[in-house]
Amino acid sequence: MSGTSSHSLKNGVFVAPLEVAFPYKRTVGTLLSRFFTSLQQCHLEGTRGSDGRVYFPPAEFDPLTGAQLDEWVTLPDTGTVTTWAWQAIPEDGQPLAHPFAWALITLDGADVPILHAVDALRSDRIATGTRVKVRWAQERIGGITDIACFDLLGGAS
Amino acid sequence: MGLRDIAIVGTAQRPSEINSTFTSVELLLPTIQEVLTKVGIERQDIGFWCHGSCDYMSGQPFSFVSAVDAIGAWPPIIESHVEADGAFALYEAWVKLQTGEVDVALVFSNGKTTSGPINRILNLQTDPYMVAPLWPGFHVLSALQARACLEAGVVTQRQMAEVAWRSQRDGKNNPLTLSGTEMSVDELLSQPFTVDPLRAHDCAIPVDGANAIILAAGDAARRLAKRPAWIRGIDHRIDTQRLGARSMIESSSAAIAAQKAGVGKDRIDVAELHAPFTHQELLLRQAMGLSESTHINPSGGALVANPAMAAGLARFAEAAESVFSGSADRVLAHCTSGPLLQQNLVCVMEGE
Repeated sequence: MSGTSSHSLKNGVFVAPLEVAFPYKRTVGTLLSRFFTSLQQCHLEGTRGSDGRVYFPPAEFDPLTGAQLDEWVTLPDTGTVTTWAWQAIPEDGQPLAHPFAWALITLDGADVPILHAVDALRSDRIATGTRVKVRWAQERIGGITDIACFDLLGGAS
Repeated sequence: MGLRDIAIVGTAQRPSEINSTFTSVELLLPTIQEVLTKVGIERQDIGFWCHGSCDYMSGQPFSFVSAVDAIGAWPPIIESHVEADGAFALYEAWVKLQTGEVDVALVFSNGKTTSGPINRILNLQTDPYMVAPLWPGFHVLSALQARACLEAGVVTQRQMAEVAWRSQRDGKNNPLTLSGTEMSVDELLSQPFTVDPLRAHDCAIPVDGANAIILAAGDAARRLAKRPAWIRGIDHRIDTQRLGARSMIESSSAAIAAQKAGVGKDRIDVAELHAPFTHQELLLRQAMGLSESTHINPSGGALVANPAMAAGLARFAEAAESVFSGSADRVLAHCTSGPLLQQNLVCVMEGE
């Protein structure tokens, strides 16, 4: 949906570009403001739920009870893949421009995983249980993309 | 106060198309006319209209308003819209009929799924801060779920291919779908991955479509249909929107909805499950406790024709038609919404 193509006729059908966008500034609220500010400073924080589970990214409200969560837990930049899928042909806007893995990654010390990309280069280099480490974006804006992707821990095998 | 008896009394479905050049109104108008004609009533006999569609697919806020052109707004009508599959519009109409304010309702839905990149559009359903900025797309999220199920031993690649094979076989007998492949299970399993561990046959075929259903209460239903499909139970449950906080290998919301809808009270002859991915049909069957004696998706299901926002209501139409024809007595219709079976609506219908 880049919206950069111009009007044209395709197979006799008039085609016009359309860019779906939400170009507003909005507040992310108290909890996510702290999370994204920390992320911009390369600091990883989750929250602890009513059942003791640690959420990363942090949950603002307990998924079980609905209670507001305010106990923060600092987390390391390493974690474990719990499931993955392979993106053979990357699409616009995705974390990497070459083939990569999507994964749910549970950071060490967390219980609930985050979705992100793993720069595994080949699908035979990643598996459930693979250890990974955060690669920080060069330019951080205070968003989930401040984590550029995850690297395989220990490098290529 | 007890619940009113409410039934589906008529259905109409437009055959699937790819790259339809019709507008949404043009898709809907003949479909709505068809269901009115089948039931033998006029526009003025409808007490409540409810529409399901998704503005993101047409890329215009409030584009659904134009669909009123397909039903006519004069003399004044009572109508509503859900930004969701038409199955959820049916649920709203059921509630409206329960109030006793109206006796007949018409539910309709449409999806021009192939006019845009639906895999990316559905990405906008995800968490706007944590997930959507990464643009994973719908297939990737389902692939994560499929791998978790495969590695946990909840499903196998062969079971997934068998679901695809059966759906394609049954879809070929359904004139509303587009013809599928004729590969055997072994041939399907030899196909390359599209999004590892999913192959093309594991993912629903996006099509453009529209459908309409007429609901009626009590005596009105008995007057309008020879054998109405009476709604005996209907329930909608939602799992957390946090992808990581949900179990990847079971669907608790589908299990609760099925239990509340009374699925387990008696045998189910036909179940029309809205499963856009093969492993999700297997998860749904497990969650709802459906046995081998239940005929799953005789229509071919959403796998062979998935008009987004209309595929769930299509399940209701197919299940109700099997009651109308007398080929089934007790049927189940299901609709899912959101990534990884996030929302599940389950309805049990019976003939008399």
